[in-house]
Order: sequence, then structure tokens, then C-alpha cells
Amino acid sequence: MLNSKIPAGPLAQKWSKHKFDLKLVNPANKRKYDIIVVGTGLAGASAAASLAELGYNVKAFCFHDSPRRAHSIAAQGGINAAKNYRNDGDSVHRLFYDTIKGGDYRAREANVYRLAEVSVNIIDQCVAQGVPFAREYGGLLDNRSFGGAQVSRTFYARGQTGQQLLLGAYSALNRQINLGTVKMYTRSEMLDLVTIDGQAKGIVTRNLITGAIDTHSAHAVLLCTGGYGNVFYLSTNAMYSNVTAAWRAHKRGAFMANPCYTQIHPTCIPVSGDHQSKLTLMSESLRNDGRVWVPKTVETAEKIRKGEIKAKDIAEADRDYFLERKYPSFGNLVPRDVASRNAKICCDENRGVGKSGLAVYLDFADSIKRLGQPAVAARYGNLFDMYSQITDENPYESPMRIYPAVHYTMGGLWVDYNLMTTVPGLYALGEANFSDHGANRLGASALMQGLADGYFVIPYTVGDYLATIGPAPVDANHPAFAATKKEVEDKINTFLSLKGTKTVDEYHRDLGKLIWEYCGMSRTAEGLQKAKQLVQALKADFWKNAIVVGANEEVNQCLEKAGRVADFIELGELMIDDALDRNESCGGHFREEYQTPEGEALRNDDDFAYVAAWEFKGENTPEELHKEQLIFENVKLSQRSYK
Amino acid sequence: MSGNMNLTLKVWRQKNSKATGKFVTYKTDDISPDMSFLEMLDVVNEGLVKKQEEPIQFDHDCREGICGSCALMINGQPHGPKKATTTCQLHMRSFNTGDTIVIEPWRSVAFPVVKDLAVDRSSLDRIQHAGGYVSVGTGGVPDANEIAIPKTIADEAFNSATCIQCGACVAACKNASAMLFVSAKVSQYALLPQGQTERYERAIAMVNQMDTEGFGGCTNTYQCEAECPKEIKVTNIARMNREYFNAEFLKDKKA
Repeated sequence: MLNSKIPAGPLAQKWSKHKFDLKLVNPANKRKYDIIVVGTGLAGASAAASLAELGYNVKAFCFHDSPRRAHSIAAQGGINAAKNYRNDGDSVHRLFYDTIKGGDYRAREANVYRLAEVSVNIIDQCVAQGVPFAREYGGLLDNRSFGGAQVSRTFYARGQTGQQLLLGAYSALNRQINLGTVKMYTRSEMLDLVTIDGQAKGIVTRNLITGAIDTHSAHAVLLCTGGYGNVFYLSTNAMYSNVTAAWRAHKRGAFMANPCYTQIHPTCIPVSGDHQSKLTLMSESLRNDGRVWVPKTVETAEKIRKGEIKAKDIAEADRDYFLERKYPSFGNLVPRDVASRNAKICCDENRGVGKSGLAVYLDFADSIKRLGQPAVAARYGNLFDMYSQITDENPYESPMRIYPAVHYTMGGLWVDYNLMTTVPGLYALGEANFSDHGANRLGASALMQGLADGYFVIPYTVGDYLATIGPAPVDANHPAFAATKKEVEDKINTFLSLKGTKTVDEYHRDLGKLIWEYCGMSRTAEGLQKAKQLVQALKADFWKNAIVVGANEEVNQCLEKAGRVADFIELGELMIDDALDRNESCGGHFREEYQTPEGEALRNDDDFAYVAAWEFKGENTPEELHKEQLIFENVKLSQRSYK
Repeated sequence: MSGNMNLTLKVWRQKNSKATGKFVTYKTDDISPDMSFLEMLDVVNEGLVKKQEEPIQFDHDCREGICGSCALMINGQPHGPKKATTTCQLHMRSFNTGDTIVIEPWRSVAFPVVKDLAVDRSSLDRIQHAGGYVSVGTGGVPDANEIAIPKTIADEAFNSATCIQCGACVAACKNASAMLFVSAKVSQYALLPQGQTERYERAIAMVNQMDTEGFGGCTNTYQCEAECPKEIKVTNIARMNREYFNAEFLKDKKA
């Protein structure tokens, strides 16, 4: 049933051959096609601009007041590309290999190879737009090693690579808006997908200022709506990031793939109290020069937690540099999942630091001694400032405290090689799809994938579908539009009738704690089964007891949140089902029952080398699992080792 | 963890762009100094919703000081008292228990109030639609390292590119001028080789759109620079003026 449409032929030629095999749309016909792009972050803005340049009519939607505020903007570290500008042995094949291995062999070879292949074009494109990447004194681009890579392939723009890349894509989008080829709808939230005869033909949106519910028709719909990390309530995602567009599409027939693959990023600022609204990530480039440690003994850690002693009072011999100890060859630069889980293990052993005990140290004392404070400040000054602003502590004098936090979701809507979901005409790009990172994403690969999908994949693949369906206008008066709109309005009225005693934020916090506890950094069958019951109870309570104030015809943050949290609750249950089904450990999915004697993730390639794609079967009905077998012809599956 | 700070908030409440607004006073007594300013407002809002009252609307999203959504005038200062800090990165330890805090939206003709503390800043987008880009399509561009840019120039362009489009410069200005914002955008492209071919058309188009939107002129008070959370320099304004005058001059020559 699932057809990934991976082209035949040698790995390195698949994409070139596929591009040639795809149907083209006649230039004169392109303007007869309408394409809806939902979300205008890196994937959405680059797709909208590129498709408009080709001649299609594009309607782009975002719920912010400006596309520039999409959460892509917050990415700090960098973007990978196999340019080999450093002459250090990088190549398309090596980036492909690192990404497949980093993803713990749960991604498609063909997709990942294509990603590595187009990565080089992305940098060229961004530079041409005026993106100010870091440069060397000779005027050429600088690179750094990032996130455990053993080559320097990461391009960066101080600590704000995401902002600069997004501003590049946004500028390309602005140019098309000015030319009239993109019609931009800001402060508009997609609330449903309209399908006719099983094909995506439009969307229903709510204007977040006036409350107007509108329908929009198109020949194809692209969801570029990001990830679902906010299911955990506390995450490094922006407050508005949500799963609603993807989830509503899921309920209209788009399968959701690998929802249990979530990434927990190791270098975040720890929680300071119950008031915490979100978590702040600091670029993992910090691990290039910072050393991670906790006290060797519980007794010493206890003194730290009580404030009786400070980090610098602990002698070298009483410190446990646990990543360097356990992984001598990668040390502090092990992949994110490994670094995060080891921090959790130390805290579970009661060796955590800070008042809460839920933190480990990231220490720059040695680097400051070796390089001098100015050099460290030049590399990480903005991150140190951010840390001291939030914690009121000076990381030049005492080590930072860090703890893992939810950062990225590898799971997402299932797509084939053309990025089309199981609903014909509906595509998913960027973090919203599942396709390229397997069970764990490598650092500096999210920006790469968002822009690869938007600039260099979808402009080719969408044409193939459009050429097949032909340019006849979509009937905007088809009853499916009115019917879907009615369903959206009914749902809104149900939300507005909720006049209970518990705020939507309280439900969201409860959901987050539950998912974090049982479906977070480590999972057990027993815990997941318990969590499933708890989520179901939470859902039932939500529909009885939530408070939604105000009306539809106004700016109404309660109503907006209610819709998003209701969807997160449903997604949470599916994540649990998915984590329960996957009786192995891989990447970000760590099942305690499945580990090596050394405590590393133990995959089961014989039984679980598949993509789990879930089909919605109706409200309060178990979803149906479909399996896409992953075939590895070019890499040998092995136990990841960073020892 | 609730805290022990007692605060009196005077908050601008306005139902929508057409309604008349007014200050409403709220007392809150369980604020922790570790909370961010927006988390403090979250606590107030949670209390209002519990009483089935409408929460205070304000723009926010990333809460990391980079998306540029948050935009509060706090005791008459855009983004509050702390230098080079957005509202979301301002923490309550910058205040004292017993304080009265006045919270208003940005005030400018070009930023109409949407609701309460949220304003419409789409005028800043439209200025960029007019010319805030290099006209290059996807594909067919040269290899990235074929464009060598001296590091000093690249760094200077970067300083201009760090603007987060929050609009604090406009809110700070007695003329509600957007010159700091627009000049940062014009400067980034004027400095880089990629922006050269369109530099003059760009300056004229963006300045004209800025005027159309109803922003005021610059009278060199430099309050914008003082309040900018990203410390964008007023030298950008001088550069933009030069670009604009050169462009006007060259336009006449061509005619």
C-alpha cells in the first residue's frame, strides 16, 4: 500500500534520473495552477518563492504577523553542506553516510543521499541572496565542525544562522509578493484540509484577527508547518509552534510516520520553576570547547544542590567527565541522543547539580586557560550572554548548568520520494515530514533539509503531479469546501462552549509532563501503557472541564490554544502507541528493555527496520499501522559506536 | 514555584483596532524574580482565564529574543529597562517588589493596535516587499566561494542584518520614524557585492514605501539606537541617506 517511489538505479544517480523522468508543466500552463503553501519558515518560504519564480500562482499562509517570525529563525548553530571547502575529506557520500548513521539506520537511503547532494546548491543560493555567512580574512566562507562530525562542513552566521537563512528565503518571498506571484496571508491559521475524491484541493483557515473562516482552493497543498515538539509543553520550540495543520491533514488521510522519534537536545538551560513557559537551547557548538561533568559521588552532588559548596570547590579528581570517560574517541562531541541520555543517567544516579538536581555542568575553565577569555568570548559570547541573562550567573567564572530539552521531531507526515503524503496533491516539507533524519537528527541538518525541500526538491516533484491532473480550475464551489468549513465552525463552537474550571494551559502542562515522563528520553512498555490511559483520561477531562473564554469573531488566544492543545493530546496518544510498537531502541527512541550491556541503544534490524506509518481510522478508534520496509543497499548496518 | 514579589500592573486594554482603550490595574503577588516578564504576564493571564475573563493579548513566540514578536512599552521604554534586551528576555529580577509597572503597546500611526498590547507591524513587511531583496531566483547562481567578501565588510553587513524587525526603534522615536529599521536593511545590501546592481533602486523604493506607510522623519535624537535590542547603529541611517541622495542624483542625471 505504501509506495515510496524511490527511483531505481545506483544511489548517486537516482535523483538525476528521477528529475529527468518527472513530467514537466508547460511554461505557458504554469500560471493556470494554484499552489497553497502553509507555513513560511525555511521550507515554506523557499518553496513559495521558488514555485512562484517558476510561474505558478502561489497562496502562502502563516499564523504570524510576518513570515520572518517562523521558528526557523531561532536556529543557532549552522547548516551542513558537502562543499569540502576545508580539503578535509568531505564529500556528498560522506555527508550521506554520516546522516544515515547518525539517524541510527532508520532513514531512507535515497532521500538522505539527495539531501547531501543538493546541500551544496543551498549554500550557493543563500550567498547569492546576500546571506552574511561567517567569512575568513581572505574573504571566503568559514566552516566549523559541528555536532560530532569529523569534518568541518558546517556553514554558520554567528549564533543566528537560522535567522539569516530565513531572512534570505523571506527576501526571495518578498520579491515574489512584490511581483504579485505570491499572495501572502498572514495571521491565518490552517484548520482543515479540503479533499475532493481523495485529492487535496484546498484548505480552511481562520483569520486570527477577525475570526473569519475562509476556504481556499488549489491544485496542490504544501504543508511546511514544522514539528510537534510542543506536545511536551516545555520544549525549545516557539510558543505558537503546533501540530494542528499536520494533524488535521492526518485526520483527512495523511499517514503520520514515526511519531515517537523525538530529539532531546543536550545543551539547554535547565528549568527554573513551575512558571517556566519554554526552554532555551544553547548551540551545541558549545560542546566543541566545553567539558561536560558531574561530581563523582552522590555526597558531593548533594552539597552542591544544597549550596554548601560551589563547582570550583570540587577537585579535579572528584569530577566525572562522563562523556570523555565513556566515549574516549568522540568525548563531548557524541551525537545528541547519546549526550542527552548520559546526562539523564547521571541525574538519575542522583549526581545532578543545581537546586533541582536536574542539570550537569558544561565547563569552559580549561578552554579559557588554553585559548584566553577573549577567544572564548569571540566564539561563544552571545551564548554566554544569553545564559547569564536567563540564569543571572557568569559562565566565564563558574560552569554553565545544562539539561536536555525537547528540540526537534524526526517523525512527521509520511511522504514518498516526491514529498507527497498519502493524500494525492498534499505534500509535506521540512520538519513537518518524516523523511530524512531517521531516528535521530544530526546537528546543522534541519536547516539543510528545510531549504533542500523548498528550493531544490519540490519545484521538480510538484510539477509531475500537476502535469498529471491537468490545469482545469479547481471548483471552489464544490460542496466539499462548504462541508469542511461547517465542520471547522462546529468544532470552534464546541471549544467556545467549554466553560469548565481548568485552563487550556494547565491541560497542556499536564500533557507535557506525562509525555516527558513516559515517552521522553527513555521509555518502557509498562510506562507507556500507563501513559496511554493517562492521556485518554486527560482527553476526556479536557472536553468536559476546559475553560475557553471569548468569542470567535475577535482575537482569541484561548480559542487558538484550545484547538492546538486538543490536537497535541491526540498526537500524544499516537506517539505512545508508536513507542509501544517499536520494541527496540534506536536514536531518540530509547526503550529501557532494549539496551546493550554498556547501556547503549540496541536496535533490532530484523524486525524493526521499517517506517511506522499510522492511518487515522476515526475518532476514538485505534489507528492502523502500515510498514514501509527500509532497504539498505549502500551502507552496512552496524551498532553505532562513539567509543 | 511561585515567588514573593508584589506588583501593580497598569495594562493597556483595547478590544480591537476600532475600540477605545484604557488602562486597567491588576495586582499580582506571587511573582518569582526568575520569571521572564512574559511569564509574569502568563501568570496574570492564567488568573484572568480562571475567572472566565479575557486574558491580556500580547505578541510573543520564540521567547529567545530572535523572532522579534514581543513588543511591550514598559514604563515608557520599549522592551523595558535593560539594555540590548527584548521583552521576552527581560526577567523580573530587574524589578523590585512593590513596583508599579505601566505596560503599553507600541505607539505609532503605522502600527495600529490589534488588541490590547498587540499591534499590526505589517508596514515593516511592505517596506521590504518594495525592495528588500537581491533579485536572484532559485538555481543558476555561482559557487558560493566565487563571491569573495572582505571580512570587515561582511561583518559590518552582518551587524546590520541582526535586526529582528520588532519595531522598538519606531516606538522609541518621538517622530515614530522607521529610519533605523529601513536603513539596516538598505545597509546590509548596500555593503555586500550581491546588492550592488540594485542598490539605488532599492534605496528609493524602500524609502518611498516607508513614507507611504506614515512613519515620521529622523531628527537625529538617536533614541532608536539606545533602545534597539540588537544594538543596530545609527550610522546605518547616515548610510541610507547617502544611498538615497546618490540614487536621486543619478536618477536625475539619467533623465
